[in-house]
Amino acid sequence: MSAAPLLEVDGLRMHFFTKAGVVKAVDDVSFRVDRGQILGLVGESGSGKSMTGYSILGLVDPPGRIVEGRIVFDGTDLTRLDPAGWRAIRGNRIAMIFQDPMMTLNPVLRIDTQIVEAVLAHADVSRESALARAREALVRVGIASPDERLRAYPHQFSGGMRQRVAIAIALVNGPDLIIADEPTTALDVTIQGQILFEMQKLCRESGTALVWITHDLSVIAGLADEVCVMYAGRLVESGPVADVLERPLHPYSRGLIDSVPSRNERGRPLHQIPGMTPSLLSLGPGCPFRERCDSANGACRESPAITEPQPGRRLRCYHPAA
Amino acid sequence: MLAYAIRRLGQSLFVLLLMSALVFIGVYAIGDPVELLVNPMADEAERLRAAAALGLDRPLLEQYWSFLQGAASGDLGKSFVFNVPALSLILSKLPATMELAFVAMVIAIAIGIPLGLVAGLKPDSFIGRTIMAGSILGFSLPTFWVGLVLVMIFSVHLGWLPSNGRGATVLVAGIPVSFLTADGLAHLAMPAFNLALFKLSLLVRLTRAGAREAVLQDYVKFARAKGLTQSRVIGVHVLKNILIPIVTVIGLELGSVIAFAIVTESIFAWPGTGKLLIDSINQLDRPVIVAYLLVIVTLFIVINFVVDVLYSLLDPRVRLGGASAAH
Repeated sequence: MSAAPLLEVDGLRMHFFTKAGVVKAVDDVSFRVDRGQILGLVGESGSGKSMTGYSILGLVDPPGRIVEGRIVFDGTDLTRLDPAGWRAIRGNRIAMIFQDPMMTLNPVLRIDTQIVEAVLAHADVSRESALARAREALVRVGIASPDERLRAYPHQFSGGMRQRVAIAIALVNGPDLIIADEPTTALDVTIQGQILFEMQKLCRESGTALVWITHDLSVIAGLADEVCVMYAGRLVESGPVADVLERPLHPYSRGLIDSVPSRNERGRPLHQIPGMTPSLLSLGPGCPFRERCDSANGACRESPAITEPQPGRRLRCYHPAA
Repeated sequence: MLAYAIRRLGQSLFVLLLMSALVFIGVYAIGDPVELLVNPMADEAERLRAAAALGLDRPLLEQYWSFLQGAASGDLGKSFVFNVPALSLILSKLPATMELAFVAMVIAIAIGIPLGLVAGLKPDSFIGRTIMAGSILGFSLPTFWVGLVLVMIFSVHLGWLPSNGRGATVLVAGIPVSFLTADGLAHLAMPAFNLALFKLSLLVRLTRAGAREAVLQDYVKFARAKGLTQSRVIGVHVLKNILIPIVTVIGLELGSVIAFAIVTESIFAWPGTGKLLIDSINQLDRPVIVAYLLVIVTLFIVINFVVDVLYSLLDPRVRLGGASAAH
């Protein structure tokens, strides 16, 4: 690993200040992404993984606010940027792809308008050359007859095609990093596979780093280099993807992995983690997983700190699995 | 598109026919215009002569039939009172009303949509709350009362603006308009604002509701994630999506502003069709009432057609004629 990572998130805390109280949506999350690397960010709904993604792009809406931590991207701390500085980074050096392709494209604007505006927001080029780049981006994501497609509206596309368009928009300015927030969750399994394959190929080709946010461990297994597991806004475990999936240290990671149906357990009831994700609003001190954890004891009433049990592995637990 | 236009035209003619029949029968039922037209001292023979001269001695169906025959050739009858063709009487008053209505709508749109956007984007700010409170006032204060207060303040106390009538006009393409002269503008300002106030409040609320909903959509977040400027996100991505209900309401309200500017025209003695209609109803001047309503119905039909065409321009998912794009 090189000394200067592309993205370094350090002790990030992003809280929502609601009338009912403070929701600690992201609570002390740290990770790094090197150039061309693929990082998987895994967790259940409400674990703060999407909010971590939004924080990196400065897209958190009030009452949410980054209260602590640094997001250092290529030597610049993004949390110190003014709105214009954020805007120059967004869609240019860091792009984002969202979960539901049916909702991310503006229904009343043509595809060419939506790609060209992304080009023109960052490059001082003519409309014609912006259009040429848009066309090129569509070809790259595997859209046939791009000239015709450019003049179409989103409702004339299927879900998978829309997601390809969204990926084309993300790629059009040649970003260093793409944050993908469950981009395949809303798609058919066959399309899911295609999109995954394309994304991996495109990122390898262009050296683009990827933060892939998902709840689907099987996606991460084939895609990512590193994985971070999040629970209740906190990072509970991270490390190289093969190590974490094979020998999970945190009880929650182990529960997640055991919950994935697999062929050799055919006929047996699926494993499930007992209980539910705690409400972030009423979360007290201590390990947020202790209510659902088999190994929990009195010590878990106090929040465990991040430890490094093995080189490259980080963990937030008093009772790592042997 | 052509088939669509032809079908719309057929529907429109049917609506006009139905409308004319209803008004014809309605006015017939209210009373006998002869009673109002002839001298109260006149004898029976004179009444009959007057009725015969106006064609009122014939059975209702026969009267309606001859009206339809005239209407087919563009003749909607002569005013009982003024003895001039009803249609030209209305058309002579229409420019004043149209001008008042259009200026009122321009005021409502130019002020209402921006204020609504501000209130929708910053719903909890002081300015957002102030705009909403103001729109409630604009909604609930009666038009005639606001008109009177405007006259009290700007004409009586301050003496800035004339309280009634239409100002100097100039001819533009053969139509007299007053908004191009200083005197005309001074006369126009109060009645137009008075007429605009309700529509303005309506547009503020509509725009605000649309904007509040739109900013939560993923496509807005995605647009921001592209690094677009705030003005492009709001001005293009949000505004174009919320414009569809706004255009509908503007269309409908434009029609109603033209048709029912009666209160404002009465307060400011604006020489338009609203005042003409009231006078005609009082005198049971049936040809004028029928002709007025037919003109208004035609106006609504035209406006609705324009709104439909605008829809298809604003929303690609709407295609006139029912043919939709393949998925």
